[in-house]
Amino acid sequence: MTVTLTINGAAHRLEVDPSTPLLYVLRGELALNGAKYGCGLGQCGACTVQIDGKAAFSCLTPVSALEGRQIRTVEGLGTAEAPGLLQAAFEAEQAAQCGYCIAGMIMRAQALLDRVAEPDEAQIRAHMQTNLCRCGTHMRILRAIRRAVAMRKEGRKEAQKGTRDAPAGTRQAAAEPVREARP
Amino acid sequence: MKPIKWAFGGALACLLGVGAFAGISYRSALPPIPPPAADGFPAELVAKGATLAAIGDCVVCHTADQGAAYAGGRALPTPFGTLYASNITPDAATGIGSWSLDAFKRAMRDGVGRDGSHLYPALPYDHYRRVHDGDLEAIYAFLMTRQPVSAPAKPNDMIFPLGFRPLLAGWKLMFLHQPEFQPVPGRDAQWNRGAYLVEGLGHCGGCHSPRNLAGAEEDGSSAYSGGVAEGWTAPALTAASRAPVPWTADSLYAYLRAGLDGRHGVAAGPMGPVVHGLSRAPEADVRAIAVYIASLSAPPGGAGQPADRPPAIDRADRAAQADPAGAALFAGACAGCHEAGAPMLTQGRPPLATATALQLDEPANALRAILNGIHPPAGAAGPAMPPFTASLTDAQAARIAAYLRTRFSDRPAWTDLEQAAAEIREEDTRQ
Repeated sequence: MTVTLTINGAAHRLEVDPSTPLLYVLRGELALNGAKYGCGLGQCGACTVQIDGKAAFSCLTPVSALEGRQIRTVEGLGTAEAPGLLQAAFEAEQAAQCGYCIAGMIMRAQALLDRVAEPDEAQIRAHMQTNLCRCGTHMRILRAIRRAVAMRKEGRKEAQKGTRDAPAGTRQAAAEPVREARP
Repeated sequence: MKPIKWAFGGALACLLGVGAFAGISYRSALPPIPPPAADGFPAELVAKGATLAAIGDCVVCHTADQGAAYAGGRALPTPFGTLYASNITPDAATGIGSWSLDAFKRAMRDGVGRDGSHLYPALPYDHYRRVHDGDLEAIYAFLMTRQPVSAPAKPNDMIFPLGFRPLLAGWKLMFLHQPEFQPVPGRDAQWNRGAYLVEGLGHCGGCHSPRNLAGAEEDGSSAYSGGVAEGWTAPALTAASRAPVPWTADSLYAYLRAGLDGRHGVAAGPMGPVVHGLSRAPEADVRAIAVYIASLSAPPGGAGQPADRPPAIDRADRAAQADPAGAALFAGACAGCHEAGAPMLTQGRPPLATATALQLDEPANALRAILNGIHPPAGAAGPAMPPFTASLTDAQAARIAAYLRTRFSDRPAWTDLEQAAAEIREEDTRQ
C-alpha cells in the first residue's frame, strides 16, 4: 500500500506492506538510523520515537497506524553542530557508553519534557522505566535528563531577563556546568 | 395549632429514629496501647503472618504507587466514590501502632477502627470474619513488626451522604453475618484448607462475585459467577467460565503460582499483584486454593465441558479476509509475540486462542491489555506486555480488538469498542 508518513515535519510517500513496523521504514527506507532495533518485542526501548508527542516503540508500530500522525525521531531534535537540549545534556554528562540505547532514551525523555515543565526525580524515573541500557549507564542518563531540565529552567530565566542571546538547547547552554545535587 | 403539633410529633419521631440509629451504630473506642516492641513477637508467628498477609494481599491495597509498603494512600475507586487505603504500619500517630490485638481483630471481623468509627467494606471484613483467631494473631504480629511509617490518611471522597460513617452500621446489619469458617464434612483436608483461604483471607469473591446495588457480594448460586475489579472483568470461576480450555487444579496452580498457564492465559490487571503475593505463599496453600477453585467449576455429575463453551479456535484466514486492516495492525503490532511460531509462544506462553479475555461479553480486559499493557509489580518478575496507548489510536486499538474477536471467538462481535477504548485512555490520563 501507499502510505504517507510525516516524520520530523517532512512528508514521505512510501510503497510498503501496511504491517511493516515503523522502525524498518525509518532505518531501511529513509536512512534515519537513530532509532535502533533491540528486541523487537517492545521490551527494551532502543527503538523509541515520538508519535503525536508520546514516546512509542517503533518496532511494534505498523505504518498503517501512522497515516496523518506526527512522528519525531532523534534526528528531529538537532544536529551534531546544533544539538537539541537533551542531546547537549547527554553529551555534557557523557551519558552514552556504547550508545545503542541513547536515541531511544532521548526520545522517551523528550516526551516527558514536552509534557512536564520541571519533572521531579520520581516522575523522571517512572517515565524512563521502560527503557533499558545494557551498559548500565542509567545513572548518567538520569543525570543528563536532570541537567536538561535545569538547563531549560536557566534558559527560561535568561529569557525573562531579556538576554535572549543564550537560548536553551544550544551548545553554549551546555558549556555552562549546571550545579546540582548528585545522589 | 395543628401544624405545630405535627412538627412536634415529627421532630420527636426523628429524635427517636436518630437515637435508635445511634444505638445501632455506636461502637466504643478501644484504649490505645504503646506500640509493642518488634522483638516481643515470636519469629515463627511473624513468619506465619507474613505468608498469610501475602495470601490476603494486604500490601496491594495498603500501598500507594511508589509508596512505602503498608503505609496506605492508594486510591480505591468504588461506585460510591474514592476511598484511600489507610496506613497499617505500626506508626502510633498515623498507623495502627496504638492498636491492641483486640482492636485489630475487631477491625478485621466487624469493620470498626480502634477509635470506634465504622470502616468501609472496601476492607473485606465480610471475608476476614471467617478467619480463625490464631491466623489473625499472626497477621497482627507481622504488621506490628513492620517499619513504622508516618503517613497521615488521605481524606476519602465519597458521594453524599456516604461520607457519614455511622451509616455503615445499616449496611452491616443487612450484609455482615458471615460465620467463622467451619470445615465442610465429606471434603478432604486440602479442599477445606483451600476453602478456608479463598473464602477468608484470600477474599477472591471480592472481585470474582457480582455485587448488589449496595455493593455487597452476592452469595449462593451467584457466588464466583464473575465481577468487576478496577474496570477489569473478573471472570467467572464457576461452570459459567468462558475459558476455552477448562481449568483444572493443576493449571490453576501454575497460573496462581507463576502468573501464567500455557493453556489459559496470563494474570493481568488487578490479578497481577494477587499472583505475585501467591508466588511467595507456601506451595501447599496455593495448591489447596487451586483445588478449591477448580471444584467451583467442576460440572456436577462428572467431567465434560458445558455445552455453552466452544473449544479453542483460531480462524486466521477468515479474520484476515473479513478485516484486512485489523489483520495488518495485528501483524505489525502483535504478531511478533502472539502469532504462531513467535519466540514467546515457543516458550510455553499461552496462545490468544485460549485467553478468556477474548471470550468475555465485555471487551474491557482485551482493550486494557492492548492499551495499557501488562506490568509485573515494580521490582518483581512476571508476565509483561508493552502498552500500545502511544502507538495506536482508539480506533486502531478497537480495530485490533474486533479482529481478535473474529479470529479467536465464535461469540457475538463486541460493540462500541472505540468508545470503550477512549474511556480507558481518559481514565489513564486522569491518574
